[in-house]
Amino acid sequence: MAKFQRKGKGGMPAVSTASLPDIVFMLLFFFMVSTVMREQTLKISQKLPGATEVKKLERKSLVSYINIGKPKKTFQKMYGTEPRIQLNDAFAKVADIRDYVAAEREKMDEKERPLMTVSLKVDETTKMGIIVDVKQELRKASALKINYSTRKVEAIE
Amino acid sequence: MARKSRETPEINGGSMADIAFLLLIFFLVATTMDIDTGLSRKLPPYNPDQVDNNDQIKERNVYVVLINSNDQLLVEGQQMNVYNLREAAKEFIVNPENKENLPEKTPREIDFLGERMISKGIISLQNDRGTSYGMYIKVQNELIAAYNEVRDEVSMREFGKFYDDLTEDKQDAIKEYYPQIISEAEPKNIGGGK
Repeated sequence: MAKFQRKGKGGMPAVSTASLPDIVFMLLFFFMVSTVMREQTLKISQKLPGATEVKKLERKSLVSYINIGKPKKTFQKMYGTEPRIQLNDAFAKVADIRDYVAAEREKMDEKERPLMTVSLKVDETTKMGIIVDVKQELRKASALKINYSTRKVEAIE
Repeated sequence: MARKSRETPEINGGSMADIAFLLLIFFLVATTMDIDTGLSRKLPPYNPDQVDNNDQIKERNVYVVLINSNDQLLVEGQQMNVYNLREAAKEFIVNPENKENLPEKTPREIDFLGERMISKGIISLQNDRGTSYGMYIKVQNELIAAYNEVRDEVSMREFGKFYDDLTEDKQDAIKEYYPQIISEAEPKNIGGGK
């Protein structure tokens, strides 16, 4: 009888899950460190152009973004299909850029203000007219360091 | 009673994994891994009563690149494919045979390199309001690539290393040897259409 019982209780021992929290925590910390919170939802559709000579943009705190592209489908009724500028979460006009740059500059540390970079994220089908206006406005706001946001590709198409 | 107070009951750690998973999933969803990359440029300061001083620069020193509203390229008066622009721009920047129609050079003393002939060449990029942004970036990219390749070649020859691997003062020396001057003219509306 004793033999019989032993046989019933034996077999494969269950895998210990005691270290599972440790593994999960490790992953958790990895993602916490590498995470950048999504700051804004894009209201425009955007396919960035490709380039080979790209450089990484370091120090995200010094970078402000200007998005330009066609409004997404849900906004097309209100804003049409012509390319529009998006600053933060809202559509904006060219004239708003100066205020935006001033506000972004105000947020920064005084020492870091000269290092401010404006990243232009523009859809590749956009016409240059609107970009020329934006650049002119940036010059007036004396935000002279700009960055054309591009994807890294091996060779241009 | 006395025995009970001696041993505090252990907290059950079994649900720790669940909590950690919850947090993990939150960060997984909220994460954007992409690092921003792009072409860095510097705009000229705004000066409303700027005078056009183009007349003072000799024609041989200017490399005119025009893009029209149909994304066609006109380089030094000739139509060109964007894929040939890099080589053509490199020839303009280096001017290896000191040709008459390519930029003049003036001698200047540079740290590490000694006296070198520095080109007076300027690349002038002009686009139409109807040019597409994709084309504009392609042209910008090719021009920057031309400079980068020229600098890489020089740094290979002089220091036996790629330009990016050099120390900062040596990079500056090469920058002085081949300064990157891409000037963008005030936009014109030649081809019509916004």
